[in-house]
Amino acid sequence: MTAISPFNPPFEPTESAMPLVSFSQVHKSYGALQVLNGISLNINCGQVVALIGKSGSGKSTALRCINGLEDINSGELDVCGYKLHKKGFDLRELRKEVGIVFQSYNLFPHLTVAQNVTLAPRKVNGLSAKQAHEIACETLSQVGLSDKMDNYPEQLSGGQQQRVAIARSLAMRPKLMLFDEVTSALDPELTGEVLRVIGDLARGGMTMVLVTHEMAFARQVADLVVYMHQGRVWESGPGTMLDAPSTPELRQFIGSGL
Amino acid sequence: MLGLSAEQYGFLLQGAGWTLLLSLLGFVGGTIVGLPVALARTARKRWLSHLAGLYVQIVQGIPLPVIMFIVYFGVSIYGFDVSALFSAALAMTLYSSAYLGEIWRGCIQAVPRTQWEAGECLALSRAQRFIYIILPQALRIAVPPTVGFMVQIVKNTSYSVVIGFFDLTYSAKILNNATFSPFVVFTSAALLYFIICFPMSMLARRFENNLHRRSA
Repeated sequence: MTAISPFNPPFEPTESAMPLVSFSQVHKSYGALQVLNGISLNINCGQVVALIGKSGSGKSTALRCINGLEDINSGELDVCGYKLHKKGFDLRELRKEVGIVFQSYNLFPHLTVAQNVTLAPRKVNGLSAKQAHEIACETLSQVGLSDKMDNYPEQLSGGQQQRVAIARSLAMRPKLMLFDEVTSALDPELTGEVLRVIGDLARGGMTMVLVTHEMAFARQVADLVVYMHQGRVWESGPGTMLDAPSTPELRQFIGSGL
Repeated sequence: MLGLSAEQYGFLLQGAGWTLLLSLLGFVGGTIVGLPVALARTARKRWLSHLAGLYVQIVQGIPLPVIMFIVYFGVSIYGFDVSALFSAALAMTLYSSAYLGEIWRGCIQAVPRTQWEAGECLALSRAQRFIYIILPQALRIAVPPTVGFMVQIVKNTSYSVVIGFFDLTYSAKILNNATFSPFVVFTSAALLYFIICFPMSMLARRFENNLHRRSA
């Protein structure tokens, strides 16, 4: 991998001044279990944010709150201008602007790669088959899978499936992409090909939030690394923060070899 | 030939023809009613799912011959003169819709939740998710148990004998009354049922094996 500048050029100064995602004292619990314990965090346009932390630290929950897969109990959460803490915001409209990729790919097994990618642009955005096909060609070449358009997911490797999932999200032209431990189910070789795609997106200026266990990758590609612990933002800063953690918890987390 | 004349075998075959017709009507009717039952059972609206559940419980809780009686005599009491075929077909429809509804509910729910979630995150509406993502996958899962249940439908049409519908069982009964050779007559009837059902059982098994191989 070539050297990557830790900072991406923001799209426009006016846009970057207004955060795309803004958590303010967000709380979330499942019954008695407090998962998010007052999170405050701003994510600007063009920024790449890596959420790291132990299992159960709330990082995946925080990510899932951003596109409304989980609702919050209290606090304020603004995403792309939608106020997720208020009732009655349009969840479908939000999801047109926020893409998410899961650990388990979740491709549609009965559809070809091309059909997986074109389904939402056609049915949600009302594109013609031809327009959708063009977008599929474009996003699939972006993830290096132009030659797999007519294959079914089961015919692809895990890494290829995950790249199709990324292309499927990109085809909706989202303003924001979420990645939920997208390489955790992959072996190191396949992890590399998926991380390369995400790295390319980062350089292209896509705003991204990624939950990851790939510390080296987070350090390299993220503008902001957020270490979560016990449902709080414990420590955050640029990638270099990982070289000199200021809290013993983060020091221990990194030291544990993750 | 084996104690029965060709004409008498023809009589049994005639009964078998009506058994096939009744099975077909029962399956088609069961599909038309069972599909909405399955959809209602998986609906998000509680009352709808409970209502469909109640229907299934009631039908499954009544023996099929009793359903036949209810439909046959119950309808005629209100002045409608119904044929045995109509009553038997209606009873088979009620019976198979309840079971097919439950089978298909299971198939819909067998599609992983993450598939719903993936569709949701692509901003597809609930109906779109169902039509383009869930249903095609559920259909594939549904083929083996549905074909398997068709065997049950064929066998259970024999209950229509209680309302005097002329099917294979009924024709065998009449033939026995005339020939007094129950062993030959009923063995022949059994063989005919087997000839109808066996290919379906084999087909169901083949579909099931294919499904397992594809998902493996």
